[in-house]
Amino acid sequence: MSHDRSKPDRGRVELNSEECKGCGLCVEACPPKVLRLAGHLNRYGYHPVTCFTHGCTGCGICFFVCPEPGAIIVLRATALEAETLYA
Amino acid sequence: MASYTVAYEKSKSFFEAYERKAELQHQTHYCPGCGHGIVHKLIANAIDELGIQDRTILITPVGCSVFAYYYFDTGNIQSAHGRAAAVATAVKRARPDSIVLSYQGDGDLAAIGSAEILHAANRGEGITVIFINNAIYGMTGGQVAPTTLLGQKTTTTPFGRSEWNEGYPLKVAELLASLEAPVYIERVGLGNNKQIMQAGRAVRRAIENQVRGLGFSLVEVLSPCPTIWKLDPVDAQRRVREEMPKTFPLGVFRDRTKEAAARPRPPAPPPIAEIPRILSVANGLPRTKAESQRSTIQVDLRVKIAGFGGQGVLMLGEVLAEAGLDAGLEVSWLPSYGPEMRSGTSNCHVRLASRPIDSPLVSRPNALLALNEPSLDKFLTSVEAGGWVLYNGAALPDGCARADVHTISENFTQLADELGDSRAGNMVMLGALLEATGMLSGDSIRTALERLVKSQRWLEIDRQALGRGREVARRGGFHAS
Ligand code: SF4
Ligand code: SF4
Ligand code: SF4
Repeated sequence: MSHDRSKPDRGRVELNSEECKGCGLCVEACPPKVLRLAGHLNRYGYHPVTCFTHGCTGCGICFFVCPEPGAIIVLRATALEAETLYA
Repeated sequence: MASYTVAYEKSKSFFEAYERKAELQHQTHYCPGCGHGIVHKLIANAIDELGIQDRTILITPVGCSVFAYYYFDTGNIQSAHGRAAAVATAVKRARPDSIVLSYQGDGDLAAIGSAEILHAANRGEGITVIFINNAIYGMTGGQVAPTTLLGQKTTTTPFGRSEWNEGYPLKVAELLASLEAPVYIERVGLGNNKQIMQAGRAVRRAIENQVRGLGFSLVEVLSPCPTIWKLDPVDAQRRVREEMPKTFPLGVFRDRTKEAAARPRPPAPPPIAEIPRILSVANGLPRTKAESQRSTIQVDLRVKIAGFGGQGVLMLGEVLAEAGLDAGLEVSWLPSYGPEMRSGTSNCHVRLASRPIDSPLVSRPNALLALNEPSLDKFLTSVEAGGWVLYNGAALPDGCARADVHTISENFTQLADELGDSRAGNMVMLGALLEATGMLSGDSIRTALERLVKSQRWLEIDRQALGRGREVARRGGFHAS
């Protein structure tokens, strides 16, 4: 997926590494592949997910495939700014 | 700098923190990649969207999802294994304005609970059932389930499920869709993002149907169990997507949401004040003697009555207990009998006490009424020293005597025959017990009989029988007071 790094991402994820169980479903499902499991372990012994690169679209797919209620928050660029950004 | 607003976050229908353990208050107990968490989120989102958090009651099953009540900030009832649909029925009928969700796995719903779900669906109960099908028993360690796929290896089908041995996978959605009453039945999967979004729509519809007052809705969700399937979560998800639908096709099996009429509301319960009339105790509940009238003697009577079915064992106990009630005592009456109602052994435990009764079970009686020899053999040794043994026979059989208890042996049945009906032998025996022990006033016994015996003829026979029993005791030199 090509991505123009000069522009801010349309979306952003907040990942709670202490709620993540490292199942990898979000990594697999993310269309622009911006997620991966970290090398380190969290307190419970799982490799937590991290967002390692630009390009999140805020699609929310990772949120819906994730079994943990609070592991992922998906944010989107506010409409107004998104418009100006992508006009 | 772009600013961002939240698009998706933890539903407010979940608790902030889960109180299941001191640690781990922000994680579910499910294995990594388990479908339960995903479905929980879909349900919670639907509850948020429909604005029904404060009137939702979640009925949780036995199985991996037994702890769902730790997560949902709604009403919660955890039910016995397989009974969730029956519990949901009761809750919905008692609280028609509540939104009642029955959440069940395949071991719970399709095996031990197959009767409950079938009949709840057939009655068209106005509940919503979310049925998680992962084709295996998860919590108990991977035994075959009714939904296990043909050829699938489990701990109890180590060579794979065979149709000759375990039968075919049970297709719950199709089965229930053959019934007349259900309004909406759909099978969805958690095989990829697209399927999960469809599952979310189905869950929401199934709940919305209930908000609209329609009848039974069920969503069957094909769900991964990576742990027991021994697959990593991504491969388990692939199996849900590629293999399971070959046996369990996805789709809508019933949709009458457009034409279905709202289910009629159950009639309002009668006012409390009406209940005595309905129970035919309109003249007040049975009176008990006021505290002040109670005897100051401490009563602790533990009676075991044993005989064959048909000898009036249970009735004897009932009269005794009813008379105890009339005397203002604490009372318990516990019948115990085999499957045979006639000529099987039957016994009953009665306790009368001045103080609250801990257990209705009488294992150390201070009075044994043995209506036949086997009952005497069985229970004689259990009688407390100083207690009473009344035996329905001319004399105690050889080797049965006990020096440390009071014994009255008499052919009570024969005495009843003389009164015209051998079935009154129980009352002759009761008369002897009352006379010998001096417990309970004649008044209380008369009141009890009048409450329990409806036929005038029998009332008369029973009164005479009690009198005969009293004579027997007096003749034997037993006469309290
Ligand atoms: S919101 Fe979409 S693009 Fe962003 S991380 Fe999640 S899945 Fe990937
Ligand atoms: S899907 Fe959820 S639990 Fe699994 S790796 Fe991603 S954030 Fe962690
Ligand atoms: S055993 Fe299976 S169903 Fe149970 S929590 Fe683990 S993955 Fe989920």
